[in-house]
Amino acid sequence: MHELSLAESTLELALRHAQGAGATRVTGLHLVVGEFTPLEESSLTFYWDRITRGTSASGSRVSIRRVPARMACVDCGRALDPVTETWCCPTCGSGRLRLTSGDECYLESIDVEGEVA
Amino acid sequence: MSRRVEIVEDILSANDHLAAENLARLEAAGVFSVNLMASPGAGKTTLIEQTISQLRPRLRLAVIDGDLATSLDADRAAAAGAEAVQINTGGQCHLDAVMVRRGLEALDLSRIDLLLVENVGNLVCPSSFDLGTHRRVLIASVPEGDDKPYKYPGSYRAIDALVLNKIDLLPHVRFDVDTFRRGVEILNPGVRFFLMSCTTGEGLTAWLEWLEAEVGERRAEAVT
Repeated sequence: MHELSLAESTLELALRHAQGAGATRVTGLHLVVGEFTPLEESSLTFYWDRITRGTSASGSRVSIRRVPARMACVDCGRALDPVTETWCCPTCGSGRLRLTSGDECYLESIDVEGEVA
Repeated sequence: MSRRVEIVEDILSANDHLAAENLARLEAAGVFSVNLMASPGAGKTTLIEQTISQLRPRLRLAVIDGDLATSLDADRAAAAGAEAVQINTGGQCHLDAVMVRRGLEALDLSRIDLLLVENVGNLVCPSSFDLGTHRRVLIASVPEGDDKPYKYPGSYRAIDALVLNKIDLLPHVRFDVDTFRRGVEILNPGVRFFLMSCTTGEGLTAWLEWLEAEVGERRAEAVT
């Protein structure tokens, strides 16, 4: 997607919440990203190291938890893994499936240090 | 000693907050708004021209036009009779909520019934950025091929209505409407679907009726 703008938004979020918690340094970030969310991790961490220089998040580590994609049949409600070959529900044969997880993209938590005096 | 701070906030939340503000502003003014997305050449501007010229006698229309450079599209919308604002994205491949806010500031919303936002021609990035419009519409076209829902799922999922344009070319192009529709149904069950040709005018009436009904609802809500 837009790894540089995502990195910038993440930094802005992290610094705001670190400040709110009275911390002086951000050491780690925990992102939750769906399997179907178009995000390239190596590109994100490449930008991350550069844009955090000179900030209180400099040197912090980004960890990404990927959430597997899951689908559900709209007609019978059966939950299923994405079925790319047939695109239909194995129980009732319906072709109407919707994604129930796998498009997440959020900052779950940050690790911080220090106390503002 | 490090400690953990729980957050759980969407990474694009800054954009989403602004989009919510845009929507509130449109709601307050009783304006119905549509974000039109498509690949380059699918017929966004032509559909906008047709919509303006057909609805102009009954509705007051405005267009916010997003493009990398030039005001060619906004000029066409203005020539067709709508108030038009050009937003040059300076190379950015999509509109975001900040740019649309700029567009809204340039318009007198009290004098508008229907706002069409023409996104940058691109099947990937626009779908990630909510603009705050009431509806999101994707315009696909026959020459693009019937496999596009399968190849660009993000764009086909994040929409409320789909226009399949250039159906007058179906006899000349290998395009299976059922294959296309099946892909769309998988990604977005029950999505509103318009088969259309802006060249022959086929299917245009259903599209215009839908827009007019939505505008009517917005007006009724703004009055009550």
